[in-house]
Amino acid sequence: MSDSTSNSTPDSTSPGRDPSSLRAQVDTLIAQGALDLAARRLAELWRRDPAPATASFVISRIDDLRDQTQDQLPLTKFRLAILRSFTVEPMVPLLRAEAFACGIDLEVHVGDFNTYVQDLVDSQSALYRFAPHAAVLAVRAGQVAPELVLGFADLASEAARPAAERVVRRVVQGYEQWIGAFRKHSQSALIVHSLERPSSPSLGILDHQSEQGQSGLIRQINRELRRIADGYPGVYILDYDALVARHGSEHWHDERKWLTARLPIAAGYLLPMAREWMRFIVPLSGRIAKVLVVDLDNTLWGGVIGEDGMAGIKVGPEYPGAAYQALQRALLDLSRKGILLAVCSKNNLDDAMEALENHPGMLVRAKDFAAMRINWGDKSQNLREIAQELNVGADALAFLDDNPFEREQVRSALPEVTVIDLPNNPLEYAAAVRNCAAFERLTLSSEDQQRTEMYAAQKQRAGAEQAFPSKEDFFRFLDQVAELEPVSDLTLARVAQLTQKTNQFNLTTRRYTEPQIAEVAKKPDWQVFSIRVRDRFGDHGLVGVAITRDQGEQCEVDTFLLSCRVIGRTVETALLAHLAESAAQRGRRRLKGWFLPTKKNAPARDFYEQHGFERQVTNSDGSLWTLDLNNSTLRCPDWIKLKVSVTSSTTKTTAGGRI
Amino acid sequence: MTASTLERVRHIASDIFGIKADKITAQSSPKTIENWDSMQHLNLVLAIEEKFGVQFEPEDIEQMQNIGAVAALVEKLQSATR
Repeated sequence: MSDSTSNSTPDSTSPGRDPSSLRAQVDTLIAQGALDLAARRLAELWRRDPAPATASFVISRIDDLRDQTQDQLPLTKFRLAILRSFTVEPMVPLLRAEAFACGIDLEVHVGDFNTYVQDLVDSQSALYRFAPHAAVLAVRAGQVAPELVLGFADLASEAARPAAERVVRRVVQGYEQWIGAFRKHSQSALIVHSLERPSSPSLGILDHQSEQGQSGLIRQINRELRRIADGYPGVYILDYDALVARHGSEHWHDERKWLTARLPIAAGYLLPMAREWMRFIVPLSGRIAKVLVVDLDNTLWGGVIGEDGMAGIKVGPEYPGAAYQALQRALLDLSRKGILLAVCSKNNLDDAMEALENHPGMLVRAKDFAAMRINWGDKSQNLREIAQELNVGADALAFLDDNPFEREQVRSALPEVTVIDLPNNPLEYAAAVRNCAAFERLTLSSEDQQRTEMYAAQKQRAGAEQAFPSKEDFFRFLDQVAELEPVSDLTLARVAQLTQKTNQFNLTTRRYTEPQIAEVAKKPDWQVFSIRVRDRFGDHGLVGVAITRDQGEQCEVDTFLLSCRVIGRTVETALLAHLAESAAQRGRRRLKGWFLPTKKNAPARDFYEQHGFERQVTNSDGSLWTLDLNNSTLRCPDWIKLKVSVTSSTTKTTAGGRI
Repeated sequence: MTASTLERVRHIASDIFGIKADKITAQSSPKTIENWDSMQHLNLVLAIEEKFGVQFEPEDIEQMQNIGAVAALVEKLQSATR
C-alpha cells in the first residue's frame, strides 16, 4: 500500500517517540509556549507517520504555531496554485505537511474544477490575483483529449488518421495558448503534468504496433509539451506518465474514487503525488542542500573498517556490497549535478583513508570529497566546520548516516541541516538519496557540473596564498581575468540561479526568476551584468551578477552579488568599478545602492563604505549609500584583467586600472 | 467489532475533524460533528483506506452513517481479504 512503511526509522518504537505520544507532546509544548521544540516534534511526527490523518493534525498545529509566533516561523513562505481537471483537495494537507518538514510554509490555492483554461487566459482570474510563486497544471488526458481516451476505436482506423491528427493538433495548440498566456500574465514557475498513457488500450496489444495508436498519439502530445516548455523560461514538465508507471498503474488508480469523487488516485498514492510536487517546490523555494555529508562505516560501505579491515568491509559488485556501490553511484550522480560531497566519520584517519584510496570495490574516492572530518569528535561540531570550510551555511548541508543516534544528535544541535532518514535495508539506501527533494535542481549550469574540481583548485589557491608575503603579491601571481557581459539567453538560467542561491556576499538579497531577469534585461534603463572569473588555477565560471537601474542623474544598484568562492580577491572591486564607469558613460552623476542586512550577508556589510560611498539613509530595512561619480577614485585593481563585452559578439579588452 | 478497530478509527476521525478523540464515540455522525461535510467524508475514507490497507466500494461509503458503522465496515473488508 503506502510507500511510507519502508521509511520507518529503526527507533520508531522507542518510548515517547511513537506517533500518539508525539501528538500529545506537540500539544503540551504549544501550550507551554516552547514553540521551536513543538515545531521539531511536529516535523518528527510527520516523518514517522506520513499519513492522511496525520497531515490534518500537522497542518492544524502549523496554523496554531503561526498564530502564536505572529507569523514569525523560521520557514520559507511559498504560494502554490493548482489548476486541475480532477479532485486534488485530499492531497493538499499532505503537501503542506511535507513542505513543513522541508522548512517551507506552503499556502495552496486550488482552482475551480476544470476552469484551468479561463484561469490561465484571463489576466484578472483568481490565479493571478493569488500571485503564486508557482502554478501546477494538473490535467488528465481524459479531460483534455477525451477522444484519445474514451471510445478511441473510432479513431483507430487508417481512414480516421486525419481526424486523430486533428485531435493531437488541437490539444497541442491548446497547451501552447495556455502556457503562452501564463507567461504573459505571470513570471512565476509553471509545472505542467504530462499526459498518461492508458493502461488498457482500446485495441489491446495492437495499440503498440503503430505510432498512431492511443499510446503513440499521447506520446506525441507529450513530446510537443516538452518542446513548448523548452520555449519558455520557468516552464517545467512533471512526467505524470512516468510517475504512474513507477508506482504501477494498477495500484495508482482507483476507479471507484474516480467515478464517485473525481479522484483518480488511490489512498496510498496521494503522498507520492504530493512528494512529486515537492521535488519542484523545494528547488523553486531555494530550500536546497548544496553539500551531502556522508558517514563511512555501514553507510558508504558495509561493516566497520576499524574492526573488519580492508578484507572484511562490504562494497563491490556482488550482494551485499552491491547495495553500497548503488549508493556510491547515486552520490556520484549528485556530484555531477553540482552537489558537493563531504565525509564525517568517527574513525581512525589512516584506516578510513586506506579504504577510501585503495579498496577495489569503491566507486567514490577521496578526491571526490570536497571536505573531510574523520575523527572521534562530535558530529554536529564537525558539520559546522565542514560548512565553514566550504563557505556555506549549515542549512546548505544534508547529512547521511545509518546511525539513528547520530541523526538525532545532529537534528537537535543543528535543526537547519537536512537529515536523511536511511531505511533499515542498505538495498534501499540509494533510492532514499535519489528521492530526496533537497537534491533536485531545475537547471544545470556548467558551473554546477564542475563544482568539485573548482573546490580542489580552491584548496590549491589557499595553499599558494600562504607562500606570498603580501596579499598584493598573491593577487599578482593569481593572474585573474574577469569577463563582464550583459545577460544573454545562454546565461539567463545561471544568473537567476545565483540570485536565488547567493546568501553571503549579496547586498540586497533580491530573488529573481528567469522570466523576471529576462523582463528587466529588456528595459532600456536597466542593465543586467554577469561576471566570469578565471585565474592560473582554473575557471571559476559565472560567479557574479549586478543589476542596475538608471533614474535621472542617478544609477541605482538593484542587485550586487558574488559567489563566496571569489570573495576577497578584489573581483568585487573590479565589478563595482565597472558599474561606476558604465553609469558615468551613460551620463549619470551618482551611483547609489542599498545594503539590506539579512542573517547571512554580514560579509557584504562594509562593502560600500570601503569603496568610498557615503551613507545617505539608515532605516529598519538597511542603509542607502551613494558615490559621486565625478570625484570617485574607484578603479579596477591593476592585477585584474577586465574584459567587457558590450554585446555577446563584440569584446573590447581594457587593461586593468585604466577602465 | 473489536475495541481496537473502533479505537483506531476514532483517532483517525479525531485528526481529520480536529476534535479530541475522547469526544468521539461509535455514535458520532455528521449530525453531531459539525465539519463532517462531503469533503471531510472523503478525507476520512482516504485516511482509513490508507491506514488499514482496504478499499471501500461506493455502496460502502454511503453506509458510513456514523463512526461505529465505519469501524464495522473496516472489519468486514479485512475479514473478506484474509
